[in-house]
Amino acid sequence: MESIRNFSIIAHIDHGKSTLADRLIQHAGVVEARVFKDQILDSMDIERERGITIKSQAITLPYRGTDNNDYVLNLIDTPGHVDFSYEVSRSLASCEGVLLLIDASQGVQAQTVANLYLAMEHNLEIIPVINKIDLPTADVTRTMEQIDAELGLDPYRSLICSAKTGTGIEEILEAIVHRIPPPKGNNDEPLAALIFDAAYDAFRGTIISCRIFDGTARNGDIIRFMHNEMTYRVEEVGRFLLSRQKRDRLSAGDVGYIIAGVKTVSDVKIGDTITIDTKPCSRPLPGFKEAKPVVFASIYPIASDDYEDLAIALEKYTLNDASFTYQKDSSVALGQGFRCGFLGLLHLDIVQERLEREYDLSIILSVPSVRYRFTLKNGDVVDIDNPAYYPDTATIEKSEEPYIRATMMFPERYLGAVMKLCREKRGDNSTLNYPSPERVELVFEMPLGEVIYDFYDRLKTITQGYGSFDYDVIDYRESDLALLDILVNGDKVDALAQIVHRGNARTRGLRACEKLKEEIPRQMFKIAIQGAVGGQIISRTTISPFRKDVIAKCYGGDITRKRKLLEKQKKGKKRMKMIGSVAIPQSAFVAVLKSDSE
Amino acid sequence: MSCRSGLSHNPGLYIHVPFCRSKCRYCGFYSVTSVDAIPGYIEALCNEMEMYQGIFGTFDTVYFGGGTPTVLPPHTIETILAGVRKSFALTDNPEITVEANPQDLDMTMLTSLFDCGVNRLNIGVQSFNDDILSFLGRRHTVATVRSALDNARLVGFTNIGIDLMYAIPHQSIEEWFATLDQALMAAPEHISCYELTIDTGTPLKIELESGAISLPDEDLQFDFFIKTSERLENAGYVHYEVSNFAGKLNLASRHNRKYWDHIPYLGLGPSAHSFLHNRRWWNHRSLSRYLDDLHKAKKPVEETEALTDDQLCLEALSLGLRTKKGINLTDFKMKYHVDLLREKNDMLARLKDEGLIDIENGILSPTRFGLAVADTLPLI
Repeated sequence: MESIRNFSIIAHIDHGKSTLADRLIQHAGVVEARVFKDQILDSMDIERERGITIKSQAITLPYRGTDNNDYVLNLIDTPGHVDFSYEVSRSLASCEGVLLLIDASQGVQAQTVANLYLAMEHNLEIIPVINKIDLPTADVTRTMEQIDAELGLDPYRSLICSAKTGTGIEEILEAIVHRIPPPKGNNDEPLAALIFDAAYDAFRGTIISCRIFDGTARNGDIIRFMHNEMTYRVEEVGRFLLSRQKRDRLSAGDVGYIIAGVKTVSDVKIGDTITIDTKPCSRPLPGFKEAKPVVFASIYPIASDDYEDLAIALEKYTLNDASFTYQKDSSVALGQGFRCGFLGLLHLDIVQERLEREYDLSIILSVPSVRYRFTLKNGDVVDIDNPAYYPDTATIEKSEEPYIRATMMFPERYLGAVMKLCREKRGDNSTLNYPSPERVELVFEMPLGEVIYDFYDRLKTITQGYGSFDYDVIDYRESDLALLDILVNGDKVDALAQIVHRGNARTRGLRACEKLKEEIPRQMFKIAIQGAVGGQIISRTTISPFRKDVIAKCYGGDITRKRKLLEKQKKGKKRMKMIGSVAIPQSAFVAVLKSDSE
Repeated sequence: MSCRSGLSHNPGLYIHVPFCRSKCRYCGFYSVTSVDAIPGYIEALCNEMEMYQGIFGTFDTVYFGGGTPTVLPPHTIETILAGVRKSFALTDNPEITVEANPQDLDMTMLTSLFDCGVNRLNIGVQSFNDDILSFLGRRHTVATVRSALDNARLVGFTNIGIDLMYAIPHQSIEEWFATLDQALMAAPEHISCYELTIDTGTPLKIELESGAISLPDEDLQFDFFIKTSERLENAGYVHYEVSNFAGKLNLASRHNRKYWDHIPYLGLGPSAHSFLHNRRWWNHRSLSRYLDDLHKAKKPVEETEALTDDQLCLEALSLGLRTKKGINLTDFKMKYHVDLLREKNDMLARLKDEGLIDIENGILSPTRFGLAVADTLPLI
């Protein structure tokens, strides 16, 4: 146990976490240069393309220190987006220390601070690492000042590196060995293992990533998940090198995997404790929370024939994403589909993209919504996340919507603009802190429904990329709500309906009309788009038809070319949904929530 | 062979003449300005004909297109036609068309064409405005056009088509109408009116991209299109295809109809396309590759495609919707097993309401407004 070091890298988005992980892996020689792909821990294509980590992963790095001792360094990667902050906390709970990575040109950002607090909550050893010192805009001195003033850490204990060029990697590895304490634990105690990730493998079922706090896990052990009380027989345990490496046991302090014939990832709850069925530990490890979806949208196949395929794809998809929920749903306009729950909008984007990419499905998502709460006159309380089930207005006694506490950090010069944005989003109860001169931390309470879509994008635009954002859902508050319907050529499109704050109905209706006008391609006839509340039209726009598109010549040599073009257009049209005789592209359904960036 | 519409089902023969004396400033079509290669080309063409003997049946149209067929020295067309008659059977009264540049149509050329059996001329007039002609980079003037038309009549041509071009940068509808009026005064049997398309890599394309010139916007293009149709139909011409107007329907280009009716055609010469049953193939665009292949006694085919029933159906729909004749829904259903009336009922009703199509006596046809969006109609 003395030779083990369990650590994580935490950073604001784009501060170079994946690149540093790559460099550490390369340095440890786990992977030959020949097979090295950038961002090796981000195994999904989509992660590599977007440069973000969606799922946590772990890797064991064998390292011989300058003291000539051999160490086992377990790097536990964490997701880097607000949608996944619970997963981050479970990964951190599995560590004794963290590298707190800070971009030398951008300095300390909101998630740097948020992540630091998380690390402190877990009593972790914190090693500040200033990255990207190769950049011409790097300002190490200023970053050190921020580490002192804003993070309250000793700036002279920070390391500097360029993960890109490889400068400073050796020093980081040495600091991990000498500054992060070895894990504590007792092999003789009953097994207590913390689940921090689970991934689906088509051949082996669920691969559980865990950290052993006490006891040991071996083949043949009957283990129990303490939260749902399910038991399984262990088939294999081991460590993650670049691929899984079988071992005869995992002992206290180890980070590794357990395979135990668990069919789906949703049978495994991140944060749950694994113990031995016959000799359980006295209490589960602290911090378990069930990840709850906060954003909801329906998914429909564009071609109704694809419904069965979609059902199969969702079933397979949930094998590997326990925080995604779904149930059957149907829409007048879009037919049979599924109502799905997501951790946030990024999560929604990812699910959509993966369904399309990995399962080759053309799908439409309805306008995303949060979960509203209605108290009816008969005393019933109903939670509604689907505008289709909006209660009859005559029966509503009280309506409520979820609120969040949003924490934003940005240079002081943007304060006015950000305050304006937050007020526009019905923000309330603000507090303002100055962690350092010129930098403000602004906390606002806001309705979740106002921020789910474009808030973060707009904040980034307003602050020219310097603003950061983090949030927690806090409670439900009373709010005057209304159902905004959208009609296309007179047909009500239920999948475009939104539940809105009544005071915003007109603005939202106008915006939806404008967005649809941008998204729906001109067709051979006029298209009227209307927004309506309670049967009353509150906004309207029309898309004028195109009148002339014909190419003059079509003789022997033109026919094949013309047909190929038509085939391409037909394929494109298959990705649109026909509402009456109007073809509505996929993008239109989510676009209605987006506002124009200013 | 005959069919319901009274049109021939005989195949058509297309001969591509890849030579031009000079390049027009909008045209990216493959052509060679050097005339040295002509003898080799004629020889190769006759070899190519022999390769297709006995495959197509009896042709009832021959169409010399280009390039500029009239760049060929007088009597060359006669030589080629002799080759055609040697290799293929022609019907008793074939339509033999030659695309002609007005400047080339002197009495010698016209007499030579007439004497060897050419009975239809398609003259690339483009405009009755000298400024526009020079803007387009045409070699001729309005005076040349007039004398070519007069001479053609004198020689005895009774089936003359002229090509005109509109929606040219800086052109007003009034100016275009002046050209149309001049054209009508010449009383051609057929008029093709093409909206100017500027090909990539041409001098006009460069001017367009640099912003030196601009094309009319969609509304103006629409006006040009609709007003052209109105003007010519009022003058007694039938707007029988997007860009084509016939003095009487029987004066429509018999050859071009074959393309729109999925009737077999054989294309000879560089870049020419052929169609037979469910196959379409096309020759190399480059004259040298074309000649090389024929030297090696190889068909100069660049690519062949075998069309699926779905593809044939889509083509039939898109081609049918470009013609006034439209689509016979019963025939269409029998041929492609697609019942448009049933499957596309809502959309067809909508388009009918919008005045884009007519459905009468089992015929689905585009209206004048429908022809203007004929590239999108098949996407119903």
